[in-house]
Amino acid sequence: MTTLSLAARDSATMLRRDVRHSLRYPMMTVSGITVPVVLLLLFVGVFGHALSAGLGTPLAGVSYVNFLAPGILVMTAGFAAEATAVNVCTDMHTGIIPRFRTMAISRGSVLTGQVTGSLIRTMISGVLVVAVALLLGFRPSAGPVAWIAAAGMFALLTLALTWLTVSFGLMAKTPAGANSLALIPAFLPFLSSAFIPAGSMSGGVRWFAEHEPFTPITDTLRGLLTGTPIGGNAALAIAWCAGITLGGYFWARALYNRGG
Amino acid sequence: MQNLTLDPASTATRSAVAVRGLRKSFGKQVVLDGIDLDVPEGTVFALLGPNGSGKTTTVRILSTLLAADGGTAWVAGHDPATEPGLVRAAIGVTGQFSAVDELLTGQENLILMADLNHLGRAEGRRRAAELLQRFELTGAAGKMAATYSGGMRRRLDLAMTLVGDPRIIFLDEPTTGLDPRSRRTMWEIIRELVARGVTIFLTTQYLDEADELADRIGVLHHGQMVADAAPAELKRQIPGGRIDLHFSDAAALDSAARLLGEGSADQAGLVLQVPYDGRARSLKDLLDRLDTLAIPEPAVSVHTPDLDDVFFALTGHAPTGQPGTGYAPAGQPSTGHPSTGQDDPR
Repeated sequence: MTTLSLAARDSATMLRRDVRHSLRYPMMTVSGITVPVVLLLLFVGVFGHALSAGLGTPLAGVSYVNFLAPGILVMTAGFAAEATAVNVCTDMHTGIIPRFRTMAISRGSVLTGQVTGSLIRTMISGVLVVAVALLLGFRPSAGPVAWIAAAGMFALLTLALTWLTVSFGLMAKTPAGANSLALIPAFLPFLSSAFIPAGSMSGGVRWFAEHEPFTPITDTLRGLLTGTPIGGNAALAIAWCAGITLGGYFWARALYNRGG
Repeated sequence: MQNLTLDPASTATRSAVAVRGLRKSFGKQVVLDGIDLDVPEGTVFALLGPNGSGKTTTVRILSTLLAADGGTAWVAGHDPATEPGLVRAAIGVTGQFSAVDELLTGQENLILMADLNHLGRAEGRRRAAELLQRFELTGAAGKMAATYSGGMRRRLDLAMTLVGDPRIIFLDEPTTGLDPRSRRTMWEIIRELVARGVTIFLTTQYLDEADELADRIGVLHHGQMVADAAPAELKRQIPGGRIDLHFSDAAALDSAARLLGEGSADQAGLVLQVPYDGRARSLKDLLDRLDTLAIPEPAVSVHTPDLDDVFFALTGHAPTGQPGTGYAPAGQPSTGHPSTGQDDPR
């Protein structure tokens, strides 16, 4: 068997292990979905009316739930990645990891299994959050191609955040530490165009929101799902995701190989 | 051990594990200060020492988990530092801390190992079932490992190591924290493995365990090998056991001391210490002789040599010198009487 097919086989084994874990201990996944759903309820039901009235022009006639849902989807990926950081950190401190390290298996398979497992969990979370948004009045205008493109954008974002938070999980000494680190990417969408257009913010916050990765990512998803203009945001979003993925991947690999 | 360089062609064929001048420091703390050892194929080597003596570090280096600072090591004919893949393919490791996946069942843990050993689905299931039965875990096969007792967990741990049929097995303190019965079961399992031709490298804090299992015992002290000998040879270097006779009054102690004509009397504690070779016959003879005296029956306790005695004999002081190691001399479940320590000349 070639090295590559061995790596694929070991990664598939590790993925099965990861899926079993999430079935047996689903709390982290469930809590990862709870936050975006609560935010959705809060911003649509409680602040929605005041926000859309106050924003007026920038929303340009788009209903607030249509504006918000793509942003909440971005947050879903963020909070799912937070769970990944905690899971990885917990796993790394169990005795089974040293055992894997003394076995003649593909070195990267442990991480690949965890990343693939997270990817699957986050995609499912994304579907559930979209379903809740639809119940709350989200009316996307996307056709099949745009839906596929949106799913692809969401998957790319998830991949980037997962590799980044896997590194956090490997770096942190305790699951609580991993959780704190992973809250940074989970909360950064608040300072992006996820909740209100970046253009309606002021001063430094506006500058930050216009230049951070979550704004082009949110605007791309929003454009694909609701038909708002995307412009150069798609290229920017893909570039950000690719950059974070590569950075996170090499960082995680270095941390994993260093440890032990 | 004159040759400091290893010739893999000559040594590797005979030695499953060979180490020369192995060193490792963590910061300023020297953990291994140039140790040498040889483990011939198919034999059991026990590395004996208290916590913090460098046992686990040695296992971690030999099992490719840690890089040494200096010296050479050969495991199954390969250098763990430069050919970790080939070493890993030949070894199995059961660590001090349980290396099972707690969220998986016993059976799933074993099948995970079978998959990672690329055994194939049918063969993996067959092997898992066989090991579950051999390690008396069939009844708990469908339960999560998190619910297992200490002994069950350790058995599952070792069963997982055996899925890949390793030629060399490292057992890092395989019975620490186990109750006497689980400990005996573990010993039986280890003997069975040896009978199948597996080489065992085990670490332990218990002299009786090393004595029971090992063909050769290496005694590690502050990162140095202070002894490397067959168990019988090692025991010749340490004082034998003794019997303590506890009397209720000084007159009885005196008359017993006169009758036996040996041993040392502790008048204040009313204890007479008599040398003892560990044979039942000697104990019976001693008691028969005491029966001839018209004195109240003394209480009897047997003291067998333990790690403390070994270290005292070899180094001149007790093994508790390491800072913060938390070494506890008590807790050897198989000996009748716990080491009191009060009469050790420390």
